[in-house]
Amino acid sequence: MKITRRTFLKISGATAVGTWIGGLGFDLSWAEVYAQELRIKGAKETTTICCYCSVGCGIIVHTNAHGKVINSEGDPDHPINEGALCAKGSALYQIAVNENRLQKVLYRAPYSNTWRGVTWEWALDKIAANIKKSRDASFMEKNAKGQVVNRTNGIASVGSAALDNEECWLYSKFLRSLGIIYIEHQARI
Amino acid sequence: MTNHYIDFRNADVILNMGGNVAENHPVSFKWIQAARDKGAVFIHVDPRFTRTSAKADIFVRLRSGTDIAFLGGMIKYILDNKLYDEFYVKNYTNASFVVNPKYSFDDGLFSGYDPTKRAYDASTWALEKDENGISKRDMTLQHELCVFQLLRKHFSRYTLQKVTEITGTPEEDLTKVYKAYGATGAPDKVGTELYAMGWCQHTVGVQNIRAMCIVQSLLGNMGIAGGGINALRGESNVQGSTDAGLLYNVWPAYLPTPQAHLTTLADYNKTTPTSKDPRSVNWWKNRPKYAASYLKSVFGNKAAKENDFGYSWLPKLDQGQDASWLYLFDEMYKGTFTGFFAWGMNPACSGAHAGKVRQAMTKLDWMVNVNLFDNETGSFWKGPGMNPKKIRTEVFQLPCAASMEKEGSISNSGRWMQWRYKATNPPGVARPDGDIIYELFNKVRALYEKGKGVFPEPILNLKWDYETNGHFGIHKVAKEINGYFLEDIPEHPADKKAYKKGTLVPSFVYLLDDGRTSCGSWIYSASYTEAGNMAARRKKTDPTGLGLYPEWAWAWPVNRRIIYNRASVDLDGNPRDPNRPLLKWDAAGKQWVGDVPDNAVPPMGTDGAYPFIMKPDGVASLFGPGLKDGPFPEHYEPLECPIEKNVMSNQRISPVIKIFEEGLDKFATCDPRYPFVCSTYRVTEHWQTGVLTRWLPWLIEAEPQMFCEMSLELARLKEISNGDKVIVETSRGKVWAVAIVTSRLKPFNIAGNIVHQIGIPWHYGWIHPKDGGESANLLTPTIGDPNTMIPESKAFMANVKKITQQPAKRTTRS
Repeated sequence: MKITRRTFLKISGATAVGTWIGGLGFDLSWAEVYAQELRIKGAKETTTICCYCSVGCGIIVHTNAHGKVINSEGDPDHPINEGALCAKGSALYQIAVNENRLQKVLYRAPYSNTWRGVTWEWALDKIAANIKKSRDASFMEKNAKGQVVNRTNGIASVGSAALDNEECWLYSKFLRSLGIIYIEHQARI
Repeated sequence: MTNHYIDFRNADVILNMGGNVAENHPVSFKWIQAARDKGAVFIHVDPRFTRTSAKADIFVRLRSGTDIAFLGGMIKYILDNKLYDEFYVKNYTNASFVVNPKYSFDDGLFSGYDPTKRAYDASTWALEKDENGISKRDMTLQHELCVFQLLRKHFSRYTLQKVTEITGTPEEDLTKVYKAYGATGAPDKVGTELYAMGWCQHTVGVQNIRAMCIVQSLLGNMGIAGGGINALRGESNVQGSTDAGLLYNVWPAYLPTPQAHLTTLADYNKTTPTSKDPRSVNWWKNRPKYAASYLKSVFGNKAAKENDFGYSWLPKLDQGQDASWLYLFDEMYKGTFTGFFAWGMNPACSGAHAGKVRQAMTKLDWMVNVNLFDNETGSFWKGPGMNPKKIRTEVFQLPCAASMEKEGSISNSGRWMQWRYKATNPPGVARPDGDIIYELFNKVRALYEKGKGVFPEPILNLKWDYETNGHFGIHKVAKEINGYFLEDIPEHPADKKAYKKGTLVPSFVYLLDDGRTSCGSWIYSASYTEAGNMAARRKKTDPTGLGLYPEWAWAWPVNRRIIYNRASVDLDGNPRDPNRPLLKWDAAGKQWVGDVPDNAVPPMGTDGAYPFIMKPDGVASLFGPGLKDGPFPEHYEPLECPIEKNVMSNQRISPVIKIFEEGLDKFATCDPRYPFVCSTYRVTEHWQTGVLTRWLPWLIEAEPQMFCEMSLELARLKEISNGDKVIVETSRGKVWAVAIVTSRLKPFNIAGNIVHQIGIPWHYGWIHPKDGGESANLLTPTIGDPNTMIPESKAFMANVKKITQQPAKRTTRS
């Protein structure tokens, strides 16, 4: 079942109403159970860790038979959050299901006022050529004191705490192999 | 963090100062509440009443940028009232160490200051050594040059009256906090401190934290369950990215980046920390093993003893060169760089003085911007005040996979490395960052293989064999980080056992400096061994009952959950606090029971070593000679401040901060145009510059636009009503905001003057939503802490004024 914002509100609304009427002596808890079943019935569960702050809360991501994310919620087995999530962690679903996500490789040419879509092959070839050009033009084998420094003075990088550990390590290796020394990221700011 | 999130529940007193834990790390509050349920006292010290304050047993206010004065008063209170843990102070800190007689402190300056260089020669801050090179000590703590007496003298100046004048905190509020926190000096009581950017983003950021380290060391709260100094970091993997060496000054795992005068690996290794004290473990003595093993992970077979393991292939800094954030953008502004990567970052909104950062980007030939959503950095060329027709910068915006669309690990603030799995495919043609990096390097290498290029050795010799079934394989990198035996080792010096070539090393204890092992990041060694991927573990055993969960995921180093944990035991190895037995020496079995001991040496009373194994002297530093701005914290005003004269001395601002004076950099202190203290901060519903929250309908609906919080008194003064649109302005820029007039902020009485404080969140930017407002960093100054160069975004001077409504146009009759 595809959960649109509207049906989500209906479900959460039903829950709220159920609680209220429950106070009057009616039992509408079946509505909650039914809604819950529909939402993740037959879904595959994948564990992840929240991508926002550094608490490291466990989250379960539910995907349907087509591999599409249909729900995310706190992982009750996780010892830190025990199923609880904050507003951001609860919204993880909307990172996966979001029409605003970048889906194309975009290129902005010098002095242009628009993006244009390009292929990965084209973009990575051109970036690689740019790297080589900047590196070769700014490479310094020895500094003013005559000491060997073997560095690229003309390229800088910032990022990223948004990458996984393995990617961070790989990125650090990549940048240093190019001779880049201006390497910074979120930890500094 | 020295400790970890669940451990908050073990504390008797929790101090949140320099942060807003309930709003910025909401789920961790569960463990603060668990402590409170058992009777713990929760204290919040902050310029602003927040949802954290609402839950606090004690809330007191202080003016932004005055934490050292506040904590200086606490140190004095602890010493005057003998609340310190005497056993701990004598045995586990450098209180008894004797300092060079030439050390002095006078009117805000430590000895060795050179005003022309705006820097200290720290040689007089050294600790005295005896004829064997071992630090001189006076265990009675009476020697007039011993650290304890110098500490007492230095902080005797922080009287309640002076602290109140500086901070604006009433004396009775100071005493309330000092008394409650000082009570944790008893061996069976423990206090913890939780801080965040509220401490770091100051020109005295490091010394803010140092001041608290002194408090924690005096009270015996380090290395204890429920204690420690705990940085609540802002991003899910900022711990891991720091560990991976994504900073100019460190290779992975905090090996210093080589400088030009260290020509060979042998020169580099000569800078390895040493200790002549047989009781000091000095773990950093192992650094040469970690450096050689790192180089082997970088250059593989191409790294050999004969070529110094490729040491000269990696770039070197000039001696003393600072290539940190503020310098980086200053150089970019000056046109030093042709190329720039903004990978998973949005500096156009996150960098201090963002207006300068945005201008700097116009000087580039090309930029690569990798992100999940469009952002103010990638699209800077069409931002406010930009004319695309005049901007030459070529921009590549590459779409990447989100956290649940790929596999890999991240490390939380408690150093827990946790594995994440792939749940779904990324949208469109988006790809995981790792795949992009992997392929991009292949293309660069191909160019150097094909044609001539400058100094191609590091590129051609790089070990880059991470392919699995035709794709980039993340597990191969995870294993590379853990490290391998590269040759058969028939009898390893560590344990005399045999190890096979090609197998994963069990831990960094097995790393060698001769090229027979590789390891990408020594602190992560033991995370992915022959026993499997430790970060993926999900077993919830809790043998100590303290919530360490040693089989859930993995913590660096070597799965130690609380670092410096041998400071929790007495000289015989028995827990000093029987209620929180973190570690105990089993004399019969000759082993430690509990957490993974911070080095498995026997207790100090038998033949053991000091507990602070990463410090050359093996003890906690009450006196810290390694920093650029002094061995003791001292109060200085923020660069931009509301008072002409520092109450403590004639040094108004830190005497060693680097002042950027050219181009767009402007500052205004005690300037009637900018009379109010301003801080930036975050809200629960948004994150950092908002790139990963502003595009989410649920979150942007909850917090849709820029606001400015101000007191009722200030609003009255400026004739501003709740909900009015206002302009917040500094000497660098202005942003509009919706006024929130609230009693959560109150004016301070600072040395007899009324000082108002305002606050603004920094989550917004022009790109989305259309009426959301702009980045608060358009206002913040280019100024940083002298040790870390973290910008001072938590205390600067601003003005706030109502946007005057245009009078309705008068229609004239002809």
